[in-house]
Amino acid sequence: MTIIENPEIQANLIPILKTVSDPEIPVLSVLDLGVIREAVEKNGIVHIKLTPTYSGCPAMDVIGDDLKTAFSEIGKKTEVKLVLSPAWSTDWISEEGLKKMEKYGIARPLSESHDKDVLLGNKKMVKCPQCGSTNTHLVSQFGSTACKALFKCDDCQEPFDYFKCLK
Amino acid sequence: MKNNLYNYILTIADNSLILAQRLGELCGHGPTLETDIALTNISLDLLGQTRSYYQYAAKISGENKTEDDIAFLRIEREYKNCLLVEQPNTHFGFTIARQYLFDVYHLMLMEKLQQSPDETLAAIAKKGIKEVSYHKRFSSDWVKRLGDGTVESKEKMQEAIDALWRFTDELFFMTDAEKEMAKEGIGIDVSEFKSTYYEEVSEVLKEATLAVPESKYFTKGGKEGIHSEHMGYLLADLQYMQRTYPNMQW
Repeated sequence: MTIIENPEIQANLIPILKTVSDPEIPVLSVLDLGVIREAVEKNGIVHIKLTPTYSGCPAMDVIGDDLKTAFSEIGKKTEVKLVLSPAWSTDWISEEGLKKMEKYGIARPLSESHDKDVLLGNKKMVKCPQCGSTNTHLVSQFGSTACKALFKCDDCQEPFDYFKCLK
Repeated sequence: MKNNLYNYILTIADNSLILAQRLGELCGHGPTLETDIALTNISLDLLGQTRSYYQYAAKISGENKTEDDIAFLRIEREYKNCLLVEQPNTHFGFTIARQYLFDVYHLMLMEKLQQSPDETLAAIAKKGIKEVSYHKRFSSDWVKRLGDGTVESKEKMQEAIDALWRFTDELFFMTDAEKEMAKEGIGIDVSEFKSTYYEEVSEVLKEATLAVPESKYFTKGGKEGIHSEHMGYLLADLQYMQRTYPNMQW
């Protein structure tokens, strides 16, 4: 997967950004998730543009606060601005992030057309993060958070989350 | 012009707020765990969209307002949502029918609104479109499943569609603020997609083996602040925290 638009992120800020994670998927940093659309330091203040995954994602407020805390710990002031456009897409999750996600037990998003098929229950394509089988079925189009759907593996019988494709 | 834009934003946003509140009532009360989660997820999406709209409205109001003031501190007559979204969760058929009848309209509106020259409204719509199309997929699936299901589910689905049908026409009624904003090219002329709406809904109802209501009796008023008897109870629930503890914050 490719990142459509490269956000402007200053290299010296990356180590700090890497320490801030999504409270609902703690293995993913905000960089892995692709929600940081800009991070630049101007006149001693770190300006961050953050984009929500879903409009009502309750993690956004927490992420904003966590970013401020992380930078204040190294003595930097932060201004976090929420931007809606361009709208977040699952294509912005980094390859490293996708791998971490799978290891954590969440199946990675499929391509847009395949995503429709699996969410309508037409095709078995979602790979079980536990045993790797694609013999899985949709339990619910909506899962534990707005970004996920609930699946079950018919081989190892484990239920798991599938990260929905969003484009 | 600013006043029109403010009112126009509320006309769109209040639908999302009130429907989110209705769906939120089902948290922990959905008929199955999966539908419970689905309905509250939809509620959350709508609430998220509402927040974006209200933040924008607060900014242009020029009165030092916050999104919370707009959400919680208006009187009933000042809410501009249509009557459809405030109707109660009588039974699951009603919840689904209300959702479906709104989702079709909502998606059509978002598709137009994303082209608005107003950058904020366009951005909210672009973001929302992805969510709303998912809502519609869920609600239309359930309309078909219940309509083309058992004798009882069909009866209940038909009952709900028949009862809520009279609120559909209001979706396409234009308030003064909507007319003004449409004239300025910022707002959407919703009356334009009325026939497409009824075509699409009829198509799905037929697929669900349900009868398309023929009644020509429609009610309106919500968009101008004249709400049904259900609204007061809904607002009491929605506002009680702010009314009891003014200015309280999380």
